[in-house]
Order: sequence, then structure tokens, then C-alpha cells
Amino acid sequence: MLRILHRVITTGTLTEPLDASASLESLGIEVRRTLGARFAGSFAIRHVDAGSCNGCELEIHALGNPYHDLERFGIRFVASPRHADALLVTGVVSRHMQEALLRAHAAMAKPGLVIAAGACACDGGEFGTSYASCGAVDSVLPVDVRIPGCPPTPVVLLRGLLAALGREAGLTRPG
Amino acid sequence: MMAQAFAERLRAALPAVALAPRTEPGLMPAMVIAVAADDWAALGSAAHGLGARWSACWIDPEPDHWRAWVLYEQGGAYVLAQTALDPRAPRLPSLTPVFAAADRPERAIRDLLGVAFDGHPDARRWLRHQAWSAEVHPLQPGQPLAGTPPARTPADVGYAFRKIAGDAVHEVAVGPIHAGTIEPGHFRFATVGEQALTLETRLGYAHRGVEKLAVGRDAAGLLRLAARVAGDSTVAHAWAACMAMERAAGCAVPPRALALRGLLAERERVANHLGDVGAIAGDVGFSFAQMQFGALRERWQRRSAALFGHRLLMDTLCAGGVRTDLDLEGTQALLQDHARLRAELAPLTAILLDHPSLEDRLVGAGALSAADARALGCLGYLGRASGLAFDLRRDAPYPPYDRLPVRVPLYDSGDVAARMRVRLDEIGVALELMDALLAALPPGPVSTHWEAPPAGARGLGLVEGWRGETLAFVRFGADGRVARYAPRDPSVFAWPALESMLPGNIIPDFPVCNKSVNGAYAGCDL
Ligand code: SF4
Repeated sequence: MLRILHRVITTGTLTEPLDASASLESLGIEVRRTLGARFAGSFAIRHVDAGSCNGCELEIHALGNPYHDLERFGIRFVASPRHADALLVTGVVSRHMQEALLRAHAAMAKPGLVIAAGACACDGGEFGTSYASCGAVDSVLPVDVRIPGCPPTPVVLLRGLLAALGREAGLTRPG
Repeated sequence: MMAQAFAERLRAALPAVALAPRTEPGLMPAMVIAVAADDWAALGSAAHGLGARWSACWIDPEPDHWRAWVLYEQGGAYVLAQTALDPRAPRLPSLTPVFAAADRPERAIRDLLGVAFDGHPDARRWLRHQAWSAEVHPLQPGQPLAGTPPARTPADVGYAFRKIAGDAVHEVAVGPIHAGTIEPGHFRFATVGEQALTLETRLGYAHRGVEKLAVGRDAAGLLRLAARVAGDSTVAHAWAACMAMERAAGCAVPPRALALRGLLAERERVANHLGDVGAIAGDVGFSFAQMQFGALRERWQRRSAALFGHRLLMDTLCAGGVRTDLDLEGTQALLQDHARLRAELAPLTAILLDHPSLEDRLVGAGALSAADARALGCLGYLGRASGLAFDLRRDAPYPPYDRLPVRVPLYDSGDVAARMRVRLDEIGVALELMDALLAALPPGPVSTHWEAPPAGARGLGLVEGWRGETLAFVRFGADGRVARYAPRDPSVFAWPALESMLPGNIIPDFPVCNKSVNGAYAGCDL
């Protein structure tokens, strides 16, 4: 226990303030609809890998590490779409995942934002549309926010998620 | 040559069949043995009798006839068996009765190419769900890439999972969408109370048509795809694809490029092990270690971005070399990183290996016996935790590993704790290898001019990715375009291993068992 406490103390706080100097446009983030201030204190996300290579997932995982500490913004991942304010979709929508994605979306309470993360989800990326793939997420569901990148870096993901919340202005802490 | 000796032993084991082993430059280091389809199973049995491992099977629909390939490995020696198939009615004796590892790969081939495997014990589909019908085989050359999918592909409800009957037995169905941020797949458990009696996995949800998409691409296009077969193994698959193309073309990659590829592959190994060790701890509630390892991984990824342009090292290789050189400053920074990581890992490792509540959850959980691991063809850390030492870098070394001593950690308890230890040890080995590579980085260019070979040229790539032996086969068609790309991720063998280790464990231990194995879904589904 002492070893753990020692390590915790010597590690200190690694969490970095979010660098918001780059505009959403320059990052390629597109916002069509936000959930606005109502969710400023708590934003629940259900992630769905609809046919990703798993690269996007690795960077979503990185959002939880001490450097990014997603939860300081009141954003958390939930297990059920019924508890979610938004779906975060990665990958092209493989045809084998089409129905599962639609059902997850239908299970969400309205208005239920859809956020497409990564080149595949935004425009089909390297896989596009084929016998196996429906292509980009918006070929299956209306998309509210697009976060580009292959995969998007955690900082860009974070900016995109905050943009979905309509929290571009107050980036530090929910008011 | 080791492969020659292996081929000779096969020939001796099959006196009735006139085997004529030969070499083909693109397919080195393997020896090629052509047999009639009728002798396919006999050759498989002979290989099995010699203790060989079934490594991969793929079908190449060449213009005039189709060709089936199976790769066998024994003690680092490779033999490629091949036979011709009639494209109008392709059939082949199944090797699954001899090699359990062949089971799902053969079913995947049946779905995608319509090859009938005689004697296969499982008639169920594997990669096919409901997006195309049983009569359609999308990878056949005549099939259009677009296919004729329904507007809305229904859920795949008709798959006949194995039924386990008995008092108080109940089924738990999980997925394709899981509770956490992970890839899609379906797990079907039969349980009694908390105890799992069986687990059956069903994949194919992340099938993106990789092999079909590869057809007609040039080398650069193929590499973009190979880099995305499995996002955590982007260097491994890109390197295997490069190696296959370069062998096919007889392209001599400069030594500096090979050293840098080794460096990139070891960086990928370290990044994944750091993330997974943290995640294993996190799955049993030890969030201290999860956060510590998460921070180490983040710093590692940032260095990758700074020096090589990508946090996951995607698109860092090109046919003929690598895309980024490393200057002296970068070399120094890496050496310092390595020293720092070692210093940080020492106390963390001490905590992980001596923490009673962690030990309680990890020791004995998800134990995979050496016999099962061998029968299922397990590779990489999964095999090494269950007593299988095979490591391409040591046993069939390719540059730059041919001039480096590679230590291979080995444990025999086969449980989650052993898999975690192998990973921690492998980080140490990777750091040693990277230090050695950096200390003697050859001078010179980091890539050479790439020229695609003539139609018909084919090559085999084999590298030790972070999950183990990672394979790519490439055949070129006209105009330097790829006619066939067949990748094989080591995860193909991880899922049956997960099924085999689970019975007797409690369902709440499934996540940590799964994490410790960490099979790729996308890498299997293609
Ligand atoms: S955007 Fe890139 S990293 Fe994300 S799933 Fe697609 S290929 Fe993989």
C-alpha cells in the first residue's frame, strides 16, 4: 500500500488543460446539431464500433488516461444506449452491424445525438461502400457531429465531444 | 536449410506420394510442395505426425485455375503445400479433423469463395451473416465489389449455437455490442449459476471486405489497407504486406529501413502491452495500475507521433522501405525514453507481481493448457504463457532480427497472471532490441525505388507482430496491381483458445480473461 501511495504522490497530476487554440473548422470537426447547455454537467455516451479496424477504439480508450481525463468534463461512457445522450460511432457501418447500430440508436432516449468519429465513420475511409459495408455512418443514420482523423487523436475527439455538448466556449469546467 | 530438412521429413513420411519440394524466390523461406487434391489430407496428416503447426490456409483464384495454399511450420522451418482446384466446383479435403486450428479459417474460405471442404465437421457458416446468400461467394473473381446487399441487412438470428442441456443450465448471450468500448462480436455462454460451462464466440461483425478491396490496388493502396486490417497491429500487417510484395518483386530493402521497421514493430509491441497490462489490472478493479500504465502508453504514443508522424504508427512503411528517417536527436530521445520506461516499470512491476488482491483474481484464472495451446496453434504471448516458445524473430529470423539475440519469455501456468507476466517481460525484451537497433543503426537511405513485378509474381510475408506470427500473401496481376492479398492475423487462433480456457471460470472473470488474450476482431473478420 505504501508503495502505491508513494507512486501516486510522486506521479502527481498529469492531466493537461485542453488546448482550444485550434478552431473546430481547422480540426475538420463539423457540428450540425448540439445538445446545448442542458447537458452541461453530465453527458453520457454509448460507443458503437460499427466496423472499425480498432484504431479509433484505442484513441477513445486514451481519453480515459490521466493526461486527458475525459470525466473531468462530465462526459462518461455508459453501457446501455438507454442511458445515453449520444451514440459515438466508429468504423464504417459493416452490413453485419447495420441492424445492431439501428437498434442501439432506437433504444436511445430522444433527441439522441449521433457522433461519427474517424475517417471511416465520416466518409467511409479506406473501406467505403461494398457488399460488406454500408459505408459512412450517415448512410444508415442522420449524423449530428463529425470528428475526422484516422484515427482522430484524443484531443480532437475531446474537442468534438465538447462541441456536441455546445461547450466550445467554456472548455475548462462545466459552469 | 531448415525448410529443406522439414520437406525431406515430409517426403520420407509419405513414400507413396511422389513429393518434389522446390523453392520459389518470393515464397522463401518456405519450401513449396505441390500435391494432388487427393493427397491434401495425407500431407496434412504427415505434417501433424511430425509435430508441425498449421499456420494458415488461403485460396488464390488465379486466372486459369485456383490454387490452395497451406503453410506448415515446425521448429522455425516452413513448408507451403499447394494444390490446384477446379474453379467450377472447387473442393478440398478438410484439414480440420487433423488440425483444430483450421476449423474457422476453412469455414471463412467456404463462405467467401465457395470452396467445399470435404469432411469438415462443422457445416455452419462463419463470416457470412445475412448480407449475402449462401449461393453467393463475394470473393470469387466474377462477383462485383458492390454485391447485391439488401437495403437493410437483418440481424443474424439463425446461427445454430451449440446447445448445452441440463438442469439449471442457462444461456447468456452477449453482443455484438458490448458494455465497453470494444470491437463487435457475439459471445454465447452456457452457465450454471456463475460458472461458465462453455463459451462459443461468433465473429464476422467487422467484416469489411478487406481481401476484395485489395484487388486492383497498387502497392501504396494495398499498404493503406494492410495498415487497417487491425488498428493495433498496423505495423505488423503493413510489414508483412511489404515483405510479401518485396519478395515477389525481388526488391532489396536498405538495411537502415529494415532496422527502422524493427524499431517500429517493437514500438507497437510495447504500446500494446502497456495498454493491455493496464487494462487487465483495470478489469479486476485495480485502477491505480490502469492509470499508471495508461500514462506510460500515452507518453509512448506521443513520441511515436513526434518522431514518426502517427500515434499508432499507421502508414509509416512503404514498399521498399519506411517513410520517415530518424535523426540523431530522435535517436537520443528514444534511448532516454527507454531508460525512463525501464525505471518507471520496475516499481510498477514489483507492485503488480506482489499484490494479494490482484493475485487472487489473476492466478489460475483462464488457464490454457500447453496441449490445448498447441492443438489450437496459439502464437505470441498467448502461446508463451502456455509453454509454447515459438517466436519468428528468434526461430526463423528475418532482418533486422537476424543479427540480434532475441530472448523469449516462457511460462507454463497458462493463466491470466502468466499472460500478464509474458507481456511485462516482452516489454523488457523489446526495449533491449530497440536499444541494440539504435546503437547500430546502419547508415544510408530509408527506402529504395519500388517497381512492381510482372503479372503472376507472388510473395509471402511473415513477421512477428505483437500478437505473434502475422502473415501476408500477395500475388500481382497486370500493371503492378494486386490480384490477391491474403492476410492472416494471429488472433484467428486466440478466439478458440479463449473458448477452451473459459469453462470452470466464473462469468465475472470473463472480461479479464478476454483482455489477457486480446484477440483482434477486425483482424479475423477482415
Ligand atoms: S478511421 Fe482509421 S483508425 Fe478509425 S476505424 Fe477507420 S481505418 Fe481504423
